[in-house]
Amino acid sequence: MDLTFASISEIAEAVQSRKLSAVEAVSHFQKRIDSLDGRLNSFIAKNEHALKDAEAIDARIARGENVGVLAGVPFGIKDMFCTKGLKTTAGSKILENFIPPYDATAVARLKNAGAIVMGKLNQDEFAMGSSNETSYFGAVKNPWNLDCVPGGSSGGSAAAQAARLVAGTVGTDTGGSIRQPASFCGIVGVKPTYGRISRYGIIAFASSLDQAGPMVSTVRDAALTLEVMCGFDPHDSTTSQKNVPAWSKNLDADMKGLKVGLIKEYMRGSLHPDVQKTVDNSIETLKKLGAEIVEISVPMTEFAVPVYYLVCASEASSNLARYDGVKYGYRASFKNLSAVELEEFYGRTRGEGFGSEVKRRIMLGTYCLSSGYYDAYYNKAGQVRRLMTNQYLEAFKKCDVILSPVTTAPAFKIGERISDPLAMYLNDIFTTSTNLAGLPGMSVPFGMSQEGLPIGVQLTASHFEEQKMLNVALALENASSVKGQKPHVV
Amino acid sequence: MIDKKTLEHIARLARLQISDEEAQAYSDQLGKALGHFEQIAKINTAGVEPLVTPTEIEAYWREDVVAQEYSAEEMTANAPERAGNLFKVPPVV
Repeated sequence: MDLTFASISEIAEAVQSRKLSAVEAVSHFQKRIDSLDGRLNSFIAKNEHALKDAEAIDARIARGENVGVLAGVPFGIKDMFCTKGLKTTAGSKILENFIPPYDATAVARLKNAGAIVMGKLNQDEFAMGSSNETSYFGAVKNPWNLDCVPGGSSGGSAAAQAARLVAGTVGTDTGGSIRQPASFCGIVGVKPTYGRISRYGIIAFASSLDQAGPMVSTVRDAALTLEVMCGFDPHDSTTSQKNVPAWSKNLDADMKGLKVGLIKEYMRGSLHPDVQKTVDNSIETLKKLGAEIVEISVPMTEFAVPVYYLVCASEASSNLARYDGVKYGYRASFKNLSAVELEEFYGRTRGEGFGSEVKRRIMLGTYCLSSGYYDAYYNKAGQVRRLMTNQYLEAFKKCDVILSPVTTAPAFKIGERISDPLAMYLNDIFTTSTNLAGLPGMSVPFGMSQEGLPIGVQLTASHFEEQKMLNVALALENASSVKGQKPHVV
Repeated sequence: MIDKKTLEHIARLARLQISDEEAQAYSDQLGKALGHFEQIAKINTAGVEPLVTPTEIEAYWREDVVAQEYSAEEMTANAPERAGNLFKVPPVV
């Protein structure tokens, strides 16, 4: 077995059946991280206990235990997830030295299934960004072209997975932060329905939009990892109590009779020709496989970016109020603490601890929630959000899944857009509406630009209908002409 | 554009000390972003209840029992400054 490109289930089965030890798997990927990550900057912290964790898995298997479906599989974890005893920064100076006393539920679930945490992956600061350039720990490079961004905010996860520094990664998605980097780096990224995965222990950005999910190499690996991560958690009252289906076992690439919707309003915009070609090819492929293509209308998607930024900035300004320099995190240095005014104490701590994009969004959110503006911005955005969600649910009466681009263009150059925040926000035109409506969405690789950069196709399904979306993704993956292509860093 | 006075007010509400340079940049950038976002004003939303949680959630009931999952030591271990198990703060009274 070529460990570097082995699937998650291949590794887990080999470890469980003792054809491969977890220690061997971990050592293999540790070597890859050590030799390749200097060029990518995808890791913020490495788990120094990974080999010990692997030994423990091997010992349990030697005792005859069935460890789980991720037995010995090396995973990278986005730095938004709290990991017990392992530094968790959210890509921010304000949490530079934070060591959580507990695991996020999603991480605990991965570990319970036998996964080994290899380390923490770079990201935009507090997941606020679409290029991984806002990280306090520096930009991440795209393994397909080191001059390009890997996307964001889960840029470290996408880059590490594309370069196969680990066998699997997880990310979080508030407005596209799993799907957009997955598309830019040529991997599979899934954001399930809001409420599927517990947010407990995931550093809060915008609580009504945040969802975690797998960022891996194949649709089957994504379905398997998703099953492990999902499920009700008493620590997060917004998690769904619905059963988690066995998506990976029920995968079915038969597209006959399946209705694939195309959003009419998305066809007006101008797409990069290579993205257009990728989307057109995916539609043709599904037609050939027997799917029916139907046009649907979700007019409110035109307002997705404004509504999204008003909602996420408002929620962020409230969520990030907790960084006060008292309980944990950065504190500005004061010569004589007992002579400091409280307001000065908070102001300097937060002013020095947060980076510029985070401050910009806190200011935007504070403005939207302030007296006199609340109704025009936050409340209005919530109303439009309901109209948009209702239109989506109406559209899903006519189709099983919606197919769309993930972004207007492939990965852009590092530094190209960072100085214009509004231009950066408009990147998120196709991804944010999925979070606003709480729908499951994913990106599956299907094309390649002239310059050799991967391009994904976005699939969206109705609430809790992940299976339909994963099935279409599998059909596309099977038919993909870019399958097996590898970035040159690998 | 958001004027300087408004921007300073917002920064104070958010407890963010920002430099004059940052204030200038934010007032331009936030003004530009809000200018773009204001397009939602034209949408007719009369009588629409704002949506906050996008999926329906079943109420979860549990017994109200005392649990201690962590020690005070664990919970204060990350504090920038502490005295024993207490957080050290500037005078607040």
